[in-house]
Amino acid sequence: MLEPWIFVALLLGVGMLLPGVAIAANWLLSPKKPNAIKQSTYECGIETVGETYVQLKGAYYIYALIFVVFDIEAVFLFPWAVAYDKLQLYMVLEAVLFIVILAAGLAYAWRKGVLEWV
Amino acid sequence: MDSFWIDPFSFIGSQLAAWLTGLGLAENWVSLILQLVGALALGTAVLILTFLLIWAERKIVARIQDRLGPNRVGPYGIFQTVADLLKLVTKELITPEGADLLPYNLAPLLAVMSVVGLWAVIPMAPTLLGADIHVGVLYIVSVGSIGTLGILLAGLSSNNKYALLGAFRTVALMISYAVPMALALLVPVLLAGSMSMQEIVLAQKGLPFLLLAPVAALIFFVSSIAEVGRAPFDLLEAESEIVAGFHIEYSGLKFGMFFVAEFLHAFTISALTAVLFMGGWRGPWAEQYTALGFLYFLVKTSLVYFVVIWIRGSFPRIRIDQMNALNWKLITPVALAGLVVTAVAEKVALELGAPRLLTHLAGNALLIFAAAAGLGAYARAARRRSELLAKASKAEAPAG
Repeated sequence: MLEPWIFVALLLGVGMLLPGVAIAANWLLSPKKPNAIKQSTYECGIETVGETYVQLKGAYYIYALIFVVFDIEAVFLFPWAVAYDKLQLYMVLEAVLFIVILAAGLAYAWRKGVLEWV
Repeated sequence: MDSFWIDPFSFIGSQLAAWLTGLGLAENWVSLILQLVGALALGTAVLILTFLLIWAERKIVARIQDRLGPNRVGPYGIFQTVADLLKLVTKELITPEGADLLPYNLAPLLAVMSVVGLWAVIPMAPTLLGADIHVGVLYIVSVGSIGTLGILLAGLSSNNKYALLGAFRTVALMISYAVPMALALLVPVLLAGSMSMQEIVLAQKGLPFLLLAPVAALIFFVSSIAEVGRAPFDLLEAESEIVAGFHIEYSGLKFGMFFVAEFLHAFTISALTAVLFMGGWRGPWAEQYTALGFLYFLVKTSLVYFVVIWIRGSFPRIRIDQMNALNWKLITPVALAGLVVTAVAEKVALELGAPRLLTHLAGNALLIFAAAAGLGAYARAARRRSELLAKASKAEAPAG
């Protein structure tokens, strides 16, 4: 049962190794002449003012929250989808009720205006 | 010779295994070495394929824009990408001051790793599959999100306000579009009864899922294009927008790796659409002659990739607030409704004995009609709102 996952691990390792080799080749072949102007932060030619790590808007947090709700819903629906062949109609309608409850949550968020990008 | 023509992939595999066992190695070392050789071959083939993909994209987009595209370097400009990559290799790797070195260097590697890892579960022929894991679809969603993590690391570690803003917007967009993608991926799982990709291809005997669930296929296609970050959703990394986004402070092949990851990801989602909805390697005589199955897979994937490039050349870029509104107000509700429609239609067709294809097509047509009606109502409400605003501002202007 574990055998296919070894291939997955090997392929992910190869996926990190090959670009690593390419970037190492770049590092070997490139000139290395750092100076202060080249390494300064790029802002279309203007000097940066203040700290880099500015505050985020609250909207990003809200999108992440709604994403978590729907992602957990999708994760709960995966076992139901795999067992679909053995279910009867009323079991399917129960899952439809689950989806409807979460869709009502999305409609509530929409009416409250949290889905706007302000 | 006879066995090679019928099933080249198993033939090569068994010859290699026989040779390695003849050298006197134990059984599990032989299988480990075979898997290592397979992983290296797949990773290298996929990265070399990117040269062709970038060339094809540049030529096709150029023709859509009524110009020629690269045609100097080699016949029809086919070595243009090689020349570009050789140029990138000799560029200086400028590290910005104050950058966090570990995430800064790790980010391009993570972006490429996430895309190469997706190829482990794509069945390219009846006997050519990297890893036949039984949770293939869930694996796709999770490994695809590692690329998002790479982009966030790139933006956070670059010590640049615009890279930070670009990275936040990219992550907000990618997690938003992962929701309808996961919901649309549930539909082939439902129809096939398994999350394994090879099972999903085998379940499309006679009827590809594109005909049974066209709405789910369209939603998966559109949300995958948004996940990859290609036009018309490429606000986050186009050079004229937010100062090129999260990869401002990357130079040389580190930037090249982000570029390669994006083009390869576009081809990978074309392959996924072909496998999940169009039947993958299915076609006449594909089970007996597996090389034919590989050919059908390549043809279907190239067709979908051509449509992706066609969309890139045809639509203008969408604004970030329009992208979010599109996702949460149109695509996610339609994805949820599509899942409900497919689940109910399949059971109804089974229990009432109705023709399966017609029930599904009727349900999907109803869904499209309802979505169009909803869009019409939304557009009317928005127009009325803007007319009221224009009237209100015109009434104020003479007084001011």
